[in-house]
Amino acid sequence: MDTNLVLVLLLAPFLGFLFNVFLGKKAGKNVVGIVGTLSVAVSFAITLYLFANSSQEPVVINLFDWISIQRFNISFGFLIDQLSILWLLFVTGIGSLIHLYSISYMHDDEKMHSFFAYLNLFIFFMITLVIGSNLLMMFIGWEGVGLCSYLLIGFWYKNQDFNDAAKKAFIMNRIGDLGFLIGIFIVGSLFNTLDFTNLRTTIESAKDVNDLWIAIAALALFIGATGKSAQLPLYTWLPDAMAGPTPVSALIHAATMVTAGIFMLTRLNFLFDLAPSVQNIIAIVGACTALVAATIALVQNDIKKVLAYSTVSQLGLMFLALGLGAYEVAVFHVITHAFFKACLFLGSGSVIHGLHGEQDMRRMGGLKKAMPITFITMLIASLAIAGIFPLAGFWSKDEILMTAFHANPSFPFLWIVGSIASIMTAFYMFRLIYLTFFNSFRGTEEQKHHLHESPSLITVPLIILAILSFVGGAISLPGHSWLNDYLAPLFTKVAHEEHTLGSTEYMLMAIATIGALIGIGIAYKKYLKDNTIPSEDAEITGLSKVLYNKYYVDEIYDSVFVKPINVLSDLFREHVEKALSALVFGLGKVTNEIAIQGKKAHNGSIGFYLFAFVIGVIVILTYLFLQQFFI
Amino acid sequence: MDNILNQIGIENYIFLSVILFCIGVFGVLYRRNAIVVFMSIEIMLNAINLLFAAFSTYHQDAQGQIFVFFSMAVAAAEVAIGLAILVSIFRNMGTIDVGNLKNLKG
Repeated sequence: MDTNLVLVLLLAPFLGFLFNVFLGKKAGKNVVGIVGTLSVAVSFAITLYLFANSSQEPVVINLFDWISIQRFNISFGFLIDQLSILWLLFVTGIGSLIHLYSISYMHDDEKMHSFFAYLNLFIFFMITLVIGSNLLMMFIGWEGVGLCSYLLIGFWYKNQDFNDAAKKAFIMNRIGDLGFLIGIFIVGSLFNTLDFTNLRTTIESAKDVNDLWIAIAALALFIGATGKSAQLPLYTWLPDAMAGPTPVSALIHAATMVTAGIFMLTRLNFLFDLAPSVQNIIAIVGACTALVAATIALVQNDIKKVLAYSTVSQLGLMFLALGLGAYEVAVFHVITHAFFKACLFLGSGSVIHGLHGEQDMRRMGGLKKAMPITFITMLIASLAIAGIFPLAGFWSKDEILMTAFHANPSFPFLWIVGSIASIMTAFYMFRLIYLTFFNSFRGTEEQKHHLHESPSLITVPLIILAILSFVGGAISLPGHSWLNDYLAPLFTKVAHEEHTLGSTEYMLMAIATIGALIGIGIAYKKYLKDNTIPSEDAEITGLSKVLYNKYYVDEIYDSVFVKPINVLSDLFREHVEKALSALVFGLGKVTNEIAIQGKKAHNGSIGFYLFAFVIGVIVILTYLFLQQFFI
Repeated sequence: MDNILNQIGIENYIFLSVILFCIGVFGVLYRRNAIVVFMSIEIMLNAINLLFAAFSTYHQDAQGQIFVFFSMAVAAAEVAIGLAILVSIFRNMGTIDVGNLKNLKG
């Protein structure tokens, strides 16, 4: 594999970023869009080439030694293996589609060039994250995508709420990043290397490893993953991140960046395999996140908020699989989820675009006729996420649930939680579909007048993603899993037997499908037959009020963490800072006073100077003379 | 030849040197005429030179006497420069009273 090829793959989006940031304003919107999209498309083309020519053995490219301290050596290098190629495929592939989509979506925005610059920079950092050969390289990408996420959430910075959302995302991620850093430090001090390949050989050959410290390292790394991948208890930033433009939500906050945590855990699977207690925590956190987020999504009325909580919920399912050691299943769901969630977000963007910025589903309805392509693509993606046979989501979700069931068949707690979350998924997705596309339009007359299908730059990516959501499951059919074989070299031990399709499995599939159909059925009854419209904010009562307000988690965080910190900072500002500045000013004043007094001695009279000189000599001599008596 | 030190004694040289030095110090402190101040400084220098010479003989070591030559040469140079400065001060200010020289005030 050619080093130059990998460098082009990495640097093409970066060049796009440089062009857009420095020349974008002059070049005009069309050029900005074309350059931005092409730079990612180049990366995608190279990725396809790498994919076609990939070998079993991972390829390590060391550009130069970055940090070397005695035996501890960190190189600036890349690791191209099955996992990174897989991630590159959908990062650059979906990335290109979303760039294409953004050309039309952002065309009316005056800062289109910065938008494309940020998107390109994001792709650059995401590629760094994915192909970095050691934990530190991964951390560079990790921080970089966080920065781009911050910039893009706050893209419409004139709205203070959006700025707050951006800051919230950034700070929540910092908390996770601290965990990640601590994990890196512990791994570095335990194994004297951060390089993935070396780590793997070290860990596999080492027999007398310290279980406790490995568990602590794994836990710290997992905390890092909860920040980036929006798991309990750090998930609250992701729904707020919907403040960004919709293509950003699709690319960063659904398909790619939020899967970085899953990527990291999969990358370090050999480490997590040594810490079963942490794996249990991961599985439980994942299951709880899936359930909590799904319940919140049931009653949200903002179309993007529904999708955001759905993303959190699906990520939870992936962590459930990771916790059970079924890394390839999690990766499978990451891929299918990237397809259908990107499709759903872009579809919702198309709807929002058609309604000139309306995001409240209570003001939508009846868009089926006006926007047929958007409707059909979103319907396919919804069926996929609901887990209807034979769409992509069915296979991946089914595998997760099967894994959960097989982990503990006598008491399948995780399976029950996951299944409930899946049923809820089916319900809220079809609630979204019915409220948005069926019955009559509930918006203003003016909006109704302007209803139109989006231009082809928007619909083409939708169609491609819808097709992928339809057939994406084919990469890992039970029994004939291409994906499992492809990823096999990555994993030290086969965590679970490949499911032979026995009666249990068919029963589980049937239960999952029936559950999904029940969810859809309830949504059908409530929102299509009875034509219920969710009540206005003020009229929401009871349990749904709790759900609508997201279990008041934001408020709890606010009163438990934010307010005490504010009180503390007030205290510091009001008292401690005053005391400190008094001290500093006091020192200055004392020095000044001494100087003023000292100035008086310099009166210019030579006689006085000589006198002082003699006195000084006498004092020194006296001291030296007396000294002999005391020593 | 009997050593002159044996006839007079080292301590007398020291006393003389101290007296001369103190005269010099008091001259520097009390006289206001810059030339007299200069003379007083020369007295102090010579007090030290005397001490050098005395101890040099006492210890039977020529180094002290050699050092006196250096010291005298330096003193001569210093006097030359000092007098030149005094002449120039006198030309500018019409006086060499150190009490009037207050231009060094900070």
